[in-house]
Amino acid sequence: MTKGTMGYQGSEDYIASKPLMEIVNVSIVLSKPLVIKGEPGTGKTLLAHSIQKALGKKLIVWNVKSSTKAKDGLYVYDTVQRLNDARFKDKDISDIRQYIKLGKLGQAFSTDEQVILLIDEIDKADIEFPNDLLNELDEMSFHIPELDETVKAKHRPIVIITSNSEKELPDAFLRRCVFHYIEFPDEEMMERIVRVHFPDIQEKLVRESIKRFYWLRQIDGLRKKPSTSELLDWIKALAAGGVDIEKITGSLPFMGTLLKSEQDTDKTSRFLASNSGSFSFRRR
Amino acid sequence: MFIDFFYLLRQKGVPVSVTEWISFTEALYKGFMQSNLNHLYYIGRAFLVKSEAYYDMYDLAFREYFGGIQTEPLELEKVMEWLKNPINQLPNLSREEIEEMKRELEALKEKYGLDELMRMFRERLKEQTERHDGGKKWIGTGGTSPFGAYGYHPGGIRVGGEGWMSSAVKVAEERKFRSYRNDLILDVRQTKMALKKLRELKREGLVEELDIDETIDKTAKEGGEIELVFSRSRENTIRLLLLMDTGGSMAPYANLCDRLFSAATQMEHFKDFQHFFFHNCIYQDVYTDMWNAKALPTEKLFSNYHRGYKVVIVGDARMAYSELFDRYGCIDYYYSNEQPGVEWLERIKNHYPFTVWLNPTPKQYWRHPTVDAISRIFPMYELTLDGLKDAIRALTSKVKRPAA
Repeated sequence: MTKGTMGYQGSEDYIASKPLMEIVNVSIVLSKPLVIKGEPGTGKTLLAHSIQKALGKKLIVWNVKSSTKAKDGLYVYDTVQRLNDARFKDKDISDIRQYIKLGKLGQAFSTDEQVILLIDEIDKADIEFPNDLLNELDEMSFHIPELDETVKAKHRPIVIITSNSEKELPDAFLRRCVFHYIEFPDEEMMERIVRVHFPDIQEKLVRESIKRFYWLRQIDGLRKKPSTSELLDWIKALAAGGVDIEKITGSLPFMGTLLKSEQDTDKTSRFLASNSGSFSFRRR
Repeated sequence: MFIDFFYLLRQKGVPVSVTEWISFTEALYKGFMQSNLNHLYYIGRAFLVKSEAYYDMYDLAFREYFGGIQTEPLELEKVMEWLKNPINQLPNLSREEIEEMKRELEALKEKYGLDELMRMFRERLKEQTERHDGGKKWIGTGGTSPFGAYGYHPGGIRVGGEGWMSSAVKVAEERKFRSYRNDLILDVRQTKMALKKLRELKREGLVEELDIDETIDKTAKEGGEIELVFSRSRENTIRLLLLMDTGGSMAPYANLCDRLFSAATQMEHFKDFQHFFFHNCIYQDVYTDMWNAKALPTEKLFSNYHRGYKVVIVGDARMAYSELFDRYGCIDYYYSNEQPGVEWLERIKNHYPFTVWLNPTPKQYWRHPTVDAISRIFPMYELTLDGLKDAIRALTSKVKRPAA
């Protein structure tokens, strides 16, 4: 990669803000893990896929769950299988190697070319999880005591880590990473994003629905504000249902695609009934 | 370079560590970045600030440090012409040279200051009539003159660049991230995140984890016949009581308390969670509903929920003196309390050694006789994300184990 000019520039189906592109490139050059935080639906996970497309590298996805342990990402030693095989004479169990299975991180280290490793929703796991990966991500190597072998990355993978801030990440971990918070896109940006997904949908419909969407987001006290993916679903539904554009300004058809909880639906309905779309003074 | 900025950030409350500063400088020295203020703003933020909660403080520091730099509409077209098609990226400088330049810059700074530098820049602009690349004095690309583009001179003046030049200070000026500050907001998700820390793991869960050591032991004893042994999984053993003030003075904080409440009720990881309400102060009854209609005697609370429960009381602790210290002092005329509120609070404290009081009013307004009195009984924290974290730390501290 030549300095500054090349590198990641966003991809066809993903619109990255300029600062984000810069930061992606810097983290690639310095080979530091990039931690991406932001509201749900701001395209954190998609970023990794977009980098994959733009740079044409292989993407390894490690989906983190609440039960995921750091060691799972390195390797798993299938002791039970070995124990089971030990009962029968037909297999040679002296070779431990066949019971060692590399995890996602291990795979990313052992490939012959540079890959992109996405550690998705790292905050889902136990609070200690990121700390357990500190050294591995720093050195890009780990030791398998069973084999007395060290797996070392041939090419340091590009590591993208996403977090929903369900749990805070430990400072020691963050210190080794580059951090970026994806802001919720503004109306203009949102229009570009929608355009990328639905290039054929009538412009007026897009504009009106986006306007409506931001109106909905500013209602105070919604349990879950609708996010980009919900807007995309909604627009899709509107287009497919052939809803009259006038109707969007007066009411909210297909509200279910935007709001996912009963309380929010109730609240919005009341809001719609009380001021029917226009602003009016309400008694406090 | 601009090591002062590092200290300014720390002074503003951004927890920047030396490691982070070094990697940031490394990013700058590697030279693949075009050195303009916008890059500096975003790259600096990515390297130095690791939580959106500190973005606002970063903005403040950035504005203070770099806010003075403004690009003025000089005869820019002419200069831009010279700066087109830079000959190279950075001149390759050795450490000594960079050190030398730093010294030079310091001297320059001391000698002239920014205004003076701007003046010199203008003067040099007048003298200069053609393009210069590299070199030390003239305005041009590459090189180490303090004036120009794509070059290196710490703190020198940069001219032009991309269209988004100079807006970094403006972005910092906007302070878009004000609402992300820790000490200001507390939304449901963040609150849940904080509450998740409230846990004590014990092996009390279902018998479902494979105990490998035991299994191997047992299997060996059985002479190779596999015997799987399972043990209990770890589970959170925290039991929580939430007591909330519904008094009139709490109305302004209803939203805040609502968030804490919804976060706590949505949490699924507590062993047990119970909530009760009270009006201004706790007397012989607490209430199971917000309108204080269904009462539960406080004594009953003690017997129903054992002393292992952690208790969080939310209230502004602000009331009339008599409400806390007098018999029959309760604000509701139809309610008569034989014991003053303060005694009930003491009893709660004695029964539940792990009790904290969360106060939604900002700390600077806590100077009030009843607030003082109550904060002497219970450790009191602000109802902010930071306060909540401190409170949870106090609740889970192992120092004073409740006596059996």
